[in-house]
Amino acid sequence: MGSISLQHVKKSFGEVQIIPDISLDIKDGEFVVFVGPSGCGKSTLLRLIAGLEDTTSGTILLDGQDMTKAPPARRGLAMVFQSYALYPHMTVRDNIAFPLKMAKAPKEVIDQKVEYAARTLNLSSYLDRRPRALSGGQRQRVAIGRAIVREPKAFLFDEPLSNLDAALRVNMRLEITELHQQLKTTMIYVTHDQVEAMTMADRIVVLNAGNVEQFGSPLDLYKKPANRFVAGFIGSPRMNFVDGPEAAKHNAHSIGVRPEHFKLSRDPLANAWKGKVGVAEQLGSDTFLHVHVEGLGLMTIRTDGDQTFSHGDDVYLMPDPTRIYRFDAAGIAL
Amino acid sequence: MARNVSTGTKIGFTFAAWAIALLLFSPILWVLLTAFKTEAEAIANSPTFLPQNFTLENFSAVQDRSDYVKHATNSILVSVGSTLLGLAIGIPAAWAMAFAPTKRTKDVLMWMLSTKMMPAVGVLIPIYLIFRDLRLLDTVHGLTLIMTVINLPIIIWMLYTYFKEIPVDILEAARMDGAELYNEIVHVLVPMAVPGIASTLLLNVILAWNEAFWSITLTSGRAGTLTAFISSFSSPQGLFLAKLSAASLLAIAPILLMGWFSQKQLVRGLTFGAVK
Ligand SMILES: Nc1ncnc2c1ncn2[C@@H]1O[C@H](COP(=O)(O)OP(=O)(O)OP(=O)(O)O)[C@@H](O)[C@H]1O
Ligand SMILES: [Mg+2]
Repeated sequence: MGSISLQHVKKSFGEVQIIPDISLDIKDGEFVVFVGPSGCGKSTLLRLIAGLEDTTSGTILLDGQDMTKAPPARRGLAMVFQSYALYPHMTVRDNIAFPLKMAKAPKEVIDQKVEYAARTLNLSSYLDRRPRALSGGQRQRVAIGRAIVREPKAFLFDEPLSNLDAALRVNMRLEITELHQQLKTTMIYVTHDQVEAMTMADRIVVLNAGNVEQFGSPLDLYKKPANRFVAGFIGSPRMNFVDGPEAAKHNAHSIGVRPEHFKLSRDPLANAWKGKVGVAEQLGSDTFLHVHVEGLGLMTIRTDGDQTFSHGDDVYLMPDPTRIYRFDAAGIAL
Repeated sequence: MARNVSTGTKIGFTFAAWAIALLLFSPILWVLLTAFKTEAEAIANSPTFLPQNFTLENFSAVQDRSDYVKHATNSILVSVGSTLLGLAIGIPAAWAMAFAPTKRTKDVLMWMLSTKMMPAVGVLIPIYLIFRDLRLLDTVHGLTLIMTVINLPIIIWMLYTYFKEIPVDILEAARMDGAELYNEIVHVLVPMAVPGIASTLLLNVILAWNEAFWSITLTSGRAGTLTAFISSFSSPQGLFLAKLSAASLLAIAPILLMGWFSQKQLVRGLTFGAVK
């Protein structure tokens, strides 16, 4: 079991308020991703749940039990750090065994669980090495191994993949998702990479300046962003925003159109926005065009990779009328 | 990084380094040589460099007049005991300052250091009276206690500096792994800080070994250490230079040997974190 519930949790460091007031319910077995820009308080929130920081006020329940004041060692959660935080003076075997030793498990149980974890994570041949003799990906696996052996109520990950190269990140992303499907244990995963958030999460918490902007499934956030912040944060490339008279035509303070929701033409279209191609980023499968639209500014447009555009080409843009997002003056979705 | 240093400069620096080292070593060398001279030769108006009449009689005289083994045992008990006690107090204290600092931690550190700036005689009377009333005068445990207290600021400072180099993530990982404070310190922090703890230990054994003020004033016959042993050979009358040298040589020999064998560890520990 591993349900986590935050009730009016607040956190200040000295005078500075980092988390004004957060309430959140995470169900048992859920994969929840905290995402948001750098410095928005993702790690702080995770560390509050872990017990590595004390709350300023509010309550943290684990499986319905009040754990607000419990030290990390008593909460039964496991954490994987961005820096891996392996014990440099211990072998891989002792690293993985450490939580079991702390729990005073009998030796046979420890050996058996360590062997099993090592086999699952492809670490069997490295068990007698020290962490410094491992690659980044292997170290990350050891950190995960150390987390899974003690069968925690929930796993907490703080940007575990950000020190890995791009190819390895994709691999490890899949491995962690697979691990979640196998173990069905609650996981909270912090990242500022919205692709990781979209691909891994059951539900995403979008944080901004210590506030929850929206909490919902990836597709919910993509299709029905609650406000301009979420609309701009979820989706890659970013949504294009337009204010002023063009937005007023739609009865809104500002409107947003995703790069993939345009009709693009080289020939004039009625009511279309006219612009000139600036940079064309050709990825092969897709092409991202950065178009300078008269009176509206720079827009990003996604087209298929077969079309070739060059700098200065005239193009006409037609936003899909059913997929225009409208926002009021406060940025709330209409 | 390749640097162009002319041969002349290199020779110059090497020469200077040797000169300074010899200068620092010369008193010890002189003691070493004097210990094997006769008393008359030791105070001769035109001093000789090498002993003209090589003799060991100073050493037997020293042993006859005073018990070297007893003093050496006291020195070992006090220096090792006070260092171990200091580490037992200093490790948790340095943990708190390095990993759970408050707004006042820096002030506490400065305050601890400031106690080392006060001359020891300043507290001689109160400490003497307290020792007298608690019947700690001339006892090994009393001396161990005072040695612990006077070296504790240095122990905590050194440990604090080493602990600061240890990533707090790793200690937090231990907490998440279910380690209570004791296990966190014993199984994670201490093994990672071994080089730093070892040089703290070595340095403090040396400091406590060489400490003279308190060992001379707070002890007499029973709990005297080797520094008290040396001082008993300096007298206002008679010839004593050669015997004093022999006593000094006997007193510093153990710590000199220890320092010699552990110098690699000492240098490594004292420059820990400087090169990374
Ligand atoms: N111990 C601390 N003392 C004071 N301020 C802190 C402390 N820890 C974090 N902060 C501040 O809290 C804010 C949120 O930090 P946090 O580490 O939670 O951000 P984050 O969302 O994880 O960012 P990133 O994506 O860069 O990791 C930052 O402004 C940071 O400076
Ligand atoms: Mg962070």
